[in-house]
Amino acid sequence: MPRHFFEAMLVALLAGLLTVPILGIQIQVEGINVSLEGDPLPVLLAMAAVFMARLLQVPLKAVSGVMHITRRVPRPIHLPTAYRLILIVLVIVAAAIWPFTVSRGAVDIATLALIYVMLGLGLNVVVGFAGLLDLGYVAFYAVGAYGYALLSTHFGLSFWECLPLCVMMAAITGCLLGFPVLRLRGDYLAIVTLGFGEIIRLLLNNLDELTGGPDGIGNIPKPSLFGLEFARRSSTEGGTTFHEFFGLEYSGADTVVFLYLVALVMTLLILYVINRLIRMPVGRAWEALREDEIACRSLGLNPTTIKLSAFGFGASTAGFAGAFFAARQGFINPESFTFIESAIVLAIVVLGGMGSQIGVILAAIALTALPEIARQFAEYRMLIFGLVLVLMMIWRPQGLLPATRPRLELPARAETL
Amino acid sequence: MLEFFQQVINGLTLGSIYALIAIGYTMVYGIIGMINFAHGEIYMISAYIGLITVTALTVQFGVENVPLILLFTLAASILATSAYGWAIERIAYRPLRSSPRLIPLISAIGMSIFLQNYVQIGQGARDLSMQPLISGGWRFGSDAGFQIYLSYMQVLIAVVTVIFMTALTLFIARSRLGRACRACSQDLTMTNLLGIDTNRVISLTFVLGAALAAVAGVLISLHIGKINPFIGFDAGIKAFTAAVLGGIGSIPGAMLGGIILGLSESFASAYLRTEYKDVVAFSLLVLVLLFRPTGLLGKPEIEKV
Repeated sequence: MPRHFFEAMLVALLAGLLTVPILGIQIQVEGINVSLEGDPLPVLLAMAAVFMARLLQVPLKAVSGVMHITRRVPRPIHLPTAYRLILIVLVIVAAAIWPFTVSRGAVDIATLALIYVMLGLGLNVVVGFAGLLDLGYVAFYAVGAYGYALLSTHFGLSFWECLPLCVMMAAITGCLLGFPVLRLRGDYLAIVTLGFGEIIRLLLNNLDELTGGPDGIGNIPKPSLFGLEFARRSSTEGGTTFHEFFGLEYSGADTVVFLYLVALVMTLLILYVINRLIRMPVGRAWEALREDEIACRSLGLNPTTIKLSAFGFGASTAGFAGAFFAARQGFINPESFTFIESAIVLAIVVLGGMGSQIGVILAAIALTALPEIARQFAEYRMLIFGLVLVLMMIWRPQGLLPATRPRLELPARAETL
Repeated sequence: MLEFFQQVINGLTLGSIYALIAIGYTMVYGIIGMINFAHGEIYMISAYIGLITVTALTVQFGVENVPLILLFTLAASILATSAYGWAIERIAYRPLRSSPRLIPLISAIGMSIFLQNYVQIGQGARDLSMQPLISGGWRFGSDAGFQIYLSYMQVLIAVVTVIFMTALTLFIARSRLGRACRACSQDLTMTNLLGIDTNRVISLTFVLGAALAAVAGVLISLHIGKINPFIGFDAGIKAFTAAVLGGIGSIPGAMLGGIILGLSESFASAYLRTEYKDVVAFSLLVLVLLFRPTGLLGKPEIEKV
């Protein structure tokens, strides 16, 4: 034990040396006068954190080692189909009734969480199933959002008319980008998609006449329920609003709950489509391609078309979510579509477990809800976020709830060669 | 015509910076085949350390000898930034040596986000600016028309870049450790079998890359005089573009790619709109990857089953 203690001391000392110039000395600028100010507290805190982390590493490693030995081969949960159906229906009913019982703010956060669930599910197809690292996912989200904003403000199309158009636009953008790029190897693809995401954001920022530049687009109409608007008064002559039609008192909370329900329906739709797709030949091809591209090619699968279908599907999901995002916010600008947004969605997929849908859903909810609960740590949110990504890759690269699928392994035996 | 030469000068200055950062990408990629996404943040940290050292020397200690300040700042920044490069490799990449490709890349993205926010917490998110240490320059051309302006700082950037590039080339070509580096980039397992401590060589690669990024960071903070915690992201992607353009894994390629990228960016901002210079850089990246994924000086990669 003393050895670990000294090791931890040494590591903490190194951490102290490293953090002194950044955390310990602050540059103060007043007018043209620049001065330095020393503050040992952050450095000491960082040293203490590193010391504790290093000291705890040993028992943690021992525990995870024991867990590793006792862990059995993961087996998928085999509920009888009827039970599973009942469970799914119960969860959906609970999710649908829940917003009527809680505050407006909570429903609003839940809607945001559902947007991230949609994005996570879409990216999960690209990263988790097809194994293509897409760092510019937010570009397709932006295409959907701007698509809806422009179509509705310029041509007066409703949300429900725009939705399929936005999905198509995002899918076309995805295919146009994907077609030439998907022949590249994995990490090149990551960087090209990252570059593409940046190009889209720069274009949105600079094509002032079309997109409004950094000011963005405002006054985007909210979705309506079969033509019934959620507003105090109808925006069109002779139109009926929701509360007038049903003879209710007007309440602003109606809109929030309605948006939540729309998001819920959209999420369920995406979930359903993905679950059908992964049982179809194309979905199986995605996973096969992720496991071994050369084997796939020799079995007569065309890697480019398969990758393109995954990429295009992921893009269209992002477009779907983007259109809803624009409708919910009522205002969009390029600030919502930065690289960090792509990184958050990627983190959702990675934390949940690549290829695991239930994991992705829970991770999306956790990553949206936690910052709301821990508001006092808002400054450290992204710092912790980055750290968690690194630590997850080291300790649990398969994610918190890894995807389990039925598999058979050959019994281990001594190699004869 | 004169404007053209002016843009060549600006492009070469910018290109030197990109080339210095690009070497870090290309060396790491050449040896362990991963994209060190956090390399841009290393450059950003070095710019901060450079700024702090310059401020400490000039304001706190009242040193006025410019060459002394320069030397000391470069040394301090290289030392501190190399330590960061070493620590990042040790913490975020070494435990993942044998994982599938995407795992270290995601870890690198996490590291990049972490470092960006770490500096933001330490130094604040606002722009920091400083008085130029070296000002002035030469003017060419008629007084009436367009004048070419070549600042002393631009000359300094070019000279320092050439010195460090030459030193690196000699180190890789002549020294024992340089030979070990070349061996590792050819076949890591084989090199290990031959009794070379490959972990040490990999650490060395990160340290060398960080040191060159530190040079770039110090030079840019002296030249532009304005830094914030987010400069690493853009510079990192552009330097990566430069590395890919020249052929990733090839050191002369990174130098060439940096210069080409710097030139095309400075022409784009002169003859198109300034806002589109980043679009040009990223489009260049996409185009190179499409038509010549091995880059200008790179070797084609053979896929082994």
